[in-house]
Amino acid sequence: MGSLNFIGASVKRKEDYRFLTGGGQYTDDVAPERATYAVFVRSPHAHARIRKVDTAKAAKAAGVLAVYTGEDVAKAGINGLPCGWLITDVNGQPMKEPPYPVLAQGKARYVGDRVAVVIAETYNQAKDAAEQVEVDYEVLPAVTDTASARKKGAPAVHDIAPDNTCYVWALGDKAKVDEAFKAAAHVTKLEFVNNRLIPNAIEPRSAIGAYSRADDSYTLYVASQNPHVERLLMTAFVLGLPEHKVRVVAPDVGGGFGSKIYLYGEDVVVTWASKQLNRPVKWTAERVESFMSDAHGRDHVTTAELALDKDGKFLAMRVHTTANLGAYLSTFASCIPTILYATLLAGQYTTPQIYCEVTAVFTNTAPVDAYRGAGRPEATYVVERLVETAARETKIDPAEIRRRNFIRSFPYQTPVALLYDTGNYEATLDAAMKLGDVAGFAKRKEEAAKRGRLRGLGYSCYIEACGIAPSNVAGALGARAGLFEAGEVRVHPTGKVTVFTGSHSHGQGHETTFAQVVASRLGIPVEDVDIVHGDTSKILFGMGTYGSRSLAVGGTAIVKAVDKVIAKGKKIAAHLMEAAEADVEFADGVFKVSGTDKQVPFAQIALTAYVPHNYPLDKLEPGLNENAFYDPTNFTFPAGSYVCEVEVDPDTGKTTIESFVAVDDFGKVINPMIVAGQVHGGLTQGIGQALLEGCRYDPETGQLVTGTMSDYCLPRAGDVPSFKLDTRETPCTHNPLGVKGCGEAGAIGAPAALMNAITDAVGVRDVPMPATAETVWRALASKKAA
Amino acid sequence: MYAFNYQKAKSVADAAAALAKNPDAKALAGGQSLIAAMKLRLAAPAAVVDLGGVAELRGIKSDGKNLVVGAMTRHSEVVFSDDVRKAIPALAHLAGEIGDRMVRNMGTLGGSIAHNDPAADYPAAVLGLGATVETNKRKIAADDFFKGLYETALEPGELITSVSFPVPKRAGYVKFKQPASRFALVGVFVADTGSGVRVAVTGAGPCVFRVPEMEKALASKFAPESVANIRIPDKGLNSDIHASAEYRAHLVTVMAKRAVQAALG
Repeated sequence: MGSLNFIGASVKRKEDYRFLTGGGQYTDDVAPERATYAVFVRSPHAHARIRKVDTAKAAKAAGVLAVYTGEDVAKAGINGLPCGWLITDVNGQPMKEPPYPVLAQGKARYVGDRVAVVIAETYNQAKDAAEQVEVDYEVLPAVTDTASARKKGAPAVHDIAPDNTCYVWALGDKAKVDEAFKAAAHVTKLEFVNNRLIPNAIEPRSAIGAYSRADDSYTLYVASQNPHVERLLMTAFVLGLPEHKVRVVAPDVGGGFGSKIYLYGEDVVVTWASKQLNRPVKWTAERVESFMSDAHGRDHVTTAELALDKDGKFLAMRVHTTANLGAYLSTFASCIPTILYATLLAGQYTTPQIYCEVTAVFTNTAPVDAYRGAGRPEATYVVERLVETAARETKIDPAEIRRRNFIRSFPYQTPVALLYDTGNYEATLDAAMKLGDVAGFAKRKEEAAKRGRLRGLGYSCYIEACGIAPSNVAGALGARAGLFEAGEVRVHPTGKVTVFTGSHSHGQGHETTFAQVVASRLGIPVEDVDIVHGDTSKILFGMGTYGSRSLAVGGTAIVKAVDKVIAKGKKIAAHLMEAAEADVEFADGVFKVSGTDKQVPFAQIALTAYVPHNYPLDKLEPGLNENAFYDPTNFTFPAGSYVCEVEVDPDTGKTTIESFVAVDDFGKVINPMIVAGQVHGGLTQGIGQALLEGCRYDPETGQLVTGTMSDYCLPRAGDVPSFKLDTRETPCTHNPLGVKGCGEAGAIGAPAALMNAITDAVGVRDVPMPATAETVWRALASKKAA
Repeated sequence: MYAFNYQKAKSVADAAAALAKNPDAKALAGGQSLIAAMKLRLAAPAAVVDLGGVAELRGIKSDGKNLVVGAMTRHSEVVFSDDVRKAIPALAHLAGEIGDRMVRNMGTLGGSIAHNDPAADYPAAVLGLGATVETNKRKIAADDFFKGLYETALEPGELITSVSFPVPKRAGYVKFKQPASRFALVGVFVADTGSGVRVAVTGAGPCVFRVPEMEKALASKFAPESVANIRIPDKGLNSDIHASAEYRAHLVTVMAKRAVQAALG
């Protein structure tokens, strides 16, 4: 029965038949009877006082059922949206937490801020009536630019933060770092912007609130990555509803990348309004709404310094970052540029001293929160751009300087709080250099020069921390939520299995990967295991999917539940075979009495549990159904080495990626095909950040200039090369599967590799992201001039 | 999208009559600009007169001297037409560079030039080849047709029926794409025709334009190096988040050079 081990097998995705044949059921596909349609009136101004909202005309328009404003939701006692992480600043003071109302009250603070909602019989009626809502705005000066937010005279986004500062936070021993810099033989300093990104999941945000008067309960269908968290935040903090009377369903979800972790005002409004109207209320974002109102990502302005000794050993790193949080604190906004950023600055290296200071600012822009990688791409960019630049300045080969500084002994305590359990950084670098034929680069560069092209090579050796944990440590650092996961394994009488997981799949392929894990552990076919997720009425609890945590945390909870099933099965088997429980072993789907030929298959144990005729009823409950919660003891630490080769056309500045090699260590790989898919997607998003994507607000008016697909450039298939991928495995030491997570790696590692390659090709220290053709052309021109 | 009246025209005369009757009506060709604008509620015509069923507006004819393309001919039909590929391969290439497959399967030549988007590709070919735009009322020379930003010589109710392209000795089109929209950041069409060399630039300015200095240089020697050092002034060129006027001016030279190279094969 060895064939029933599916670990490491590229099992085709169980969910794809549904998706590829149009059978997916997304929130907007849910069509409740008597549904009504909501359209939000959004602020056209980046910053404005709302003098008056006149809803009279809209309320009388055809088909309109209700118009609600900020005043109405305040009167109804609806609270603002909470922030899930309290950051304590350098002076021991709590961060500034301005109210984040579900509909703006008194002021609109970014273009797209929700000002009112119109609910009508049809979508078009709601949309027409929304244009009839007359808002008297007093337009105020706005600040959108990260670096300008704290400048004297900048308009204050919130009264409680007159200097637009949410917090100034620091990690590391500043005095020791300063001392190390004084003793350094060489210091490399870079100043750069980590460009702001707009997530753009293919499925826009969508929410349907449905109230049932019969039992005074609510159902919220919502495109969410974590329905239980959404329910907890909404019931306990915002609407004050009894949690058991609210069911949140996140059905098929078409991509999240972080942007669907958060509780948004639209979700609250449709839920509340469904009771007011006693009818379901449906809202789906148009793409332009997604651009302006989904939480954005990144947006850092950083000064970073690396101190080295004469042999290229890193002595210390000093980083000052200003992070843009946008107009309001989104659900996890505060922990992204701090807890998930500064802690990653050791990278793969033994840098003994690191100091990082982060100033988080409010601006008149959409809220900024986690976006694929969340803090870790920003950290990797700092570390890997510094390291590569230091190598060039000290004339040490960039691979060699990394080798001189790699962490080689584990566990390793970094100076920025993390304890790496395992890794082998040299192995992935060696493999990547071989796969990318770094040895042949000089020849390729020469050949490219003959064609008038500038060829460059760049590395990025990233590390990430996934499966943020444990809950008690996170709590001490300010987390206002737990970070465990829950799972349930329900064995049916015939031995088929349904698994309920608190993780949520929105493209990751959990229905296949998790089934492989369970099937392998139980020794049954993958088809015999179904995975259920995304419904608070079915799942016992869940913290959801983000931070590449699903397999490491959610998968482990499932494994724990499976092991409880097996333990109970042994008891039943012992009874059936009249053996001592200690003599029963379970392997390949069969319970055996060791040293004998007595055996019972798993399915028979399942049937016995539900038809307990020959059963130890005096000692054991019938049934075969187990729950488990799992709170990890540590993060997992995926790492890898990327090598990118580009060619730049000096006439136009256009960059083409000639080769991109990614060798990742995700620990144990369950499904290599799915992992490769995750890496492809991550790399493409990372390449998008480096080459193409950049959210822009007009500095004068605060208008979102990149508000459509024809102005905001998402990467397309033709923009990326055929990736060369490989993996190395150093299994995680503290979860039973030995897995680390793979969802974000590509987006974390890719930008630095690409920008290191471009700067190598052009021969300059820095090129800002996105490295558009004009940007590179200007870098070439400035080099010529110098 | 706001509600509107829809009418499917049976003939050019039928369409013209419908448009004349209602000054707030818009002619719908391939809909690749109009429908998008309507969906965003940026355009709100009271009525739409669909030209999609008018057979006489469609088709490609070539007599060796002129290539006549019907106004409702889809881009993809131009791309794959043997007549076009034989007579003016640069035109087939240009059509293949427009948008993506979906756009090319719907978008039309007449729609493109009537809309006259400053970054559209077809205006460069029409002006670069010195084509003649035929309408239901008259014939308009390319040099008189493109008037400014989204502005043409067309009068209200006037419909393009076809465009007649004189077959050149050689021609080339090279486009530097705006990476998000795939419109031309700068596109240059160069044609060596019986009546001289023509160079037309799209994407760089508010409206397609010719570069006489380059035309003169190429007339004396049709080679990339002839234009390599001709730089057009930045003044009056487009400047936006995708490119500065300075960069666009630079690209005009680079694209012109490459277009000449492409024309030489």
